Amino acid sequence: MIKVQKENFSIEAEIKKINNSFENIGAISSFIGTVRNKSVHENLISMTLEHYPGMSEKMLEKIEETAKKKWKLLGTCIIHRYGELFPGEQIVLVITTSKHRKEAVESCHFIIDWLKTKGPFWKYEKTNDSGFWVEAKQSDIDEELKWKI
Amino acid sequence: MNILYFSWIKDKLGKTKENITIDENISSVAELITFLKSKDETYKEVFKDISSIRVSINMETANMEDSISINDEIAFFPPMTGG
Repeated sequence: MIKVQKENFSIEAEIKKINNSFENIGAISSFIGTVRNKSVHENLISMTLEHYPGMSEKMLEKIEETAKKKWKLLGTCIIHRYGELFPGEQIVLVITTSKHRKEAVESCHFIIDWLKTKGPFWKYEKTNDSGFWVEAKQSDIDEELKWKI
Repeated sequence: MNILYFSWIKDKLGKTKENITIDENISSVAELITFLKSKDETYKEVFKDISSIRVSINMETANMEDSISINDEIAFFPPMTGG
């Protein structure tokens, strides 16, 4: 299941939904990305996530499908928020479930690495006296390439 | 042809999208960029360093040499920063 939304999400609620829909889950892996209060620049006021409606959903689906092809998974969930978010707020949620731990842990790691470079989202950081678009990091590109998928 | 712009590209151009009429001889993304750059100085500045720009055709990531046609939705944006 993928969702691109402005609203916040609840990891407990999403895990519950997966648990209610799938049997024989032996491993649940999850990741939550949050807004730091000190990012590239000091004293971050807010981070605005812009996205490409339509393409963002399409890419999240593609990432989820790719993970499901590579690992034997049960229920999965990717929720990515957009709009203006403030320090401490949740940005992204990834949940992967499987019978055994390896599949859940590895696929969760893979999904978040791919989201970094293949999710059509752009971050605008607002500070006390200015604002700027966050540049993509080479380290994120390197992490994505390591998967060789 | 519908063209969408995101992030700093949108800011510099001062628009999120536009519908433009292109010549029939424009058949690739690279040729579209050349055409846009010929429009005015702002486009010239935005597309000055093509290595900092990514493109999609009908919501699929694409390359500069890929073919395009008048009914395609083209989007220009910097490298993605999701997650």
